[in-house]
Amino acid sequence: MTSTATETSGPPDAAEPETSDEQPSKSLTPSLARRMSSYGSLVGIAILAFVLLVWAPSTLTSFRLGNLGRYCAMALASMGIGLAWGRGGMLVLGQGVFFGIGGYAMAMHMKLEAAGPGGVPDFMTLYGDGTMPGWWEPFRSGPFTVFAIIAMPAVVSFVLGYAILKRRVKGAYFAILTQAMAVAFSTLLVATITQTGGFNGLNSFSTFFGHNLFDPQVQKNVYRLAAGLVIVFLVILWQLYRSRYGELLLATRDGEERIRFLGYDPANVKLVAFMVAAVMASIGGALFVPIAGIISPLDVDASASIFLLAGVALGGRASLFGPVLGAIAVGYGRSTLSENFPTQWSYFLGALFILVVLLLPGGVASLWPMLRARWSSSSEPSRSSSTGDDAVESGDADRVAPAATS
Amino acid sequence: MDLLTTPFLTGTANGAILLMAALGLTLTFGQMGVINMANGEFLMVGAYMAYLTQQVLGTSGLSILIALPVAFIIAGLLGLLLEVTVIQWMYERPLDTLLATVGVALVLQQLAQDIFGAQGDPVTAPSWLGGRLSVFGYEWPHRQLFTIVLALTALGALSALLKYSSFGRQIRATVQNRQLAETLGVSTRNVDRLTFFLGSGLAGLGGVAIALISGTNPTLGTAYIIPAFLVVVVGGVGQLKGTVIAAWVVGVATAFLTDRTSGSTAQVIIFALVVIFLVIRPQGLFTVRTRSLA
Repeated sequence: MTSTATETSGPPDAAEPETSDEQPSKSLTPSLARRMSSYGSLVGIAILAFVLLVWAPSTLTSFRLGNLGRYCAMALASMGIGLAWGRGGMLVLGQGVFFGIGGYAMAMHMKLEAAGPGGVPDFMTLYGDGTMPGWWEPFRSGPFTVFAIIAMPAVVSFVLGYAILKRRVKGAYFAILTQAMAVAFSTLLVATITQTGGFNGLNSFSTFFGHNLFDPQVQKNVYRLAAGLVIVFLVILWQLYRSRYGELLLATRDGEERIRFLGYDPANVKLVAFMVAAVMASIGGALFVPIAGIISPLDVDASASIFLLAGVALGGRASLFGPVLGAIAVGYGRSTLSENFPTQWSYFLGALFILVVLLLPGGVASLWPMLRARWSSSSEPSRSSSTGDDAVESGDADRVAPAATS
Repeated sequence: MDLLTTPFLTGTANGAILLMAALGLTLTFGQMGVINMANGEFLMVGAYMAYLTQQVLGTSGLSILIALPVAFIIAGLLGLLLEVTVIQWMYERPLDTLLATVGVALVLQQLAQDIFGAQGDPVTAPSWLGGRLSVFGYEWPHRQLFTIVLALTALGALSALLKYSSFGRQIRATVQNRQLAETLGVSTRNVDRLTFFLGSGLAGLGGVAIALISGTNPTLGTAYIIPAFLVVVVGGVGQLKGTVIAAWVVGVATAFLTDRTSGSTAQVIIFALVVIFLVIRPQGLFTVRTRSLA
């Protein structure tokens, strides 16, 4: 709501008389005009769906398609980060944990599938005494695995988030705690080599819910599943962002105390976003495993979590499409750059962080409304009233600095 | 007795390193709200300075003593450079400094790897640090004693500076209330820069101590940055005494737990304990009392 209030002063004064009849409704609920403009996002989702689900599978080689599938899996986690960080103001530096929970759950199931009924995963006889820990047993069941992929991150993020957020731990403290979580998680994985495969992680899978993973058609379908879920979650987020909850989340980000004084509990508002983000990361991790063929502590540790963040920062943390496109772009950049110049990649990623955060905190997504505002202010005034509504939509991307409101 | 003395002494030495890494953080975090994730890399820079000094001067007894001011100044200057080029533009959005400095950390790590190679280089302790001191039957390496002395000296110098010098008064005033300090004529910009220099320099000193114990490595900073931040948060942001106590407790507790279980399990338990502690006491051991809401 605060962003609406500030953005209404954004359009040039010349447009004021024309838009004034819309102002009151806009500051209370999303106005009709705004709802209409947000349907523009649906067009964007449709275009993305076409590209990911129709164009890519028919044109890309299976290697490139596998890569794109990996980026899609990461994009799911990035979209969650966009929700928690861009919209909720919670800088989550430990999404690798939830990515890992989903990834390892899926990997354990696939490992047990490969071992056959009653079998024990190969690495356990290799590193240990060949006995399987009891908590592996339920993952033999496919339905349980799918349930666990959703329920485990939800429970973990609820407990953690409840404990941390209710005590009003926020800002940098929250970020550092989540990062510590990622460090602890990956350390734990490395330390438990007989139970989780340790540093090598879990790999060499053969089937995905009974389907042969070496079959190109199955690979294509796994990709379709990942890409399809990206689209599904885009629609979910789109709906979430335009709902009353989305407004409340933004308001909490921009003025937590004000929301508290209005009678809401900001901790609950943020907790929901944190949990949704965790579940999305977990689903992303679960899909990453059959596509990449491996999950190891390196995929879930603190630097992997930060890598997930890079795409979000680049694309635009508060925008709907920013995290998805950013994650795909950064993933693609990493593959191509690290293939050709392995050492340059670190410089590139480092420079990306510095430059984007320093110069373009709203990410690439904020360029569009900026250009559009500049363009519309130079054209006739009647145009700017129509773009003004868009500025409300995308204005969130501009106002990413929580401190600016205090 | 050995079961108690050994982890206690080793843990105290580890706590001393943590303290040197955390002192700089507590100043910059407490004063400006800046989260400098590149601080770990200043440790690494300090360690490489120890290595370089030794390459130039040989492993004679003096090289480590000369490495200390060199590491302090080089790491401090790097910190100053970071403040001037990146951080000063971001005081309005402190959370973003975390991300930008993560980028800086990545670049510095890769830089160290390109210059010195991915393999670590050993730093030999001079003969006067090679010996061991017998404490209750435990042969305590002099290097660890040196680390503790170094940390305590740095701490003493820093607290004297904060308490008695006019610059220290300005720092404390800025930590407590930035706007009011400005009103009273304190140039908070200068204070920020100097604090950054000091904090990064202290990390550089810590790096020399690390180099003596475990040699150099391009990614050596990453192992320390999160524990150092946890120490700062547990101690209470901007609170020297809190940081000291927290660093010591974390160091000793880690050593004890490592003795009982394993290094990684100990780390996980420590992290869990810190989270529980922060849930109970989010403001840390000590806090600067303010009337602000947030």
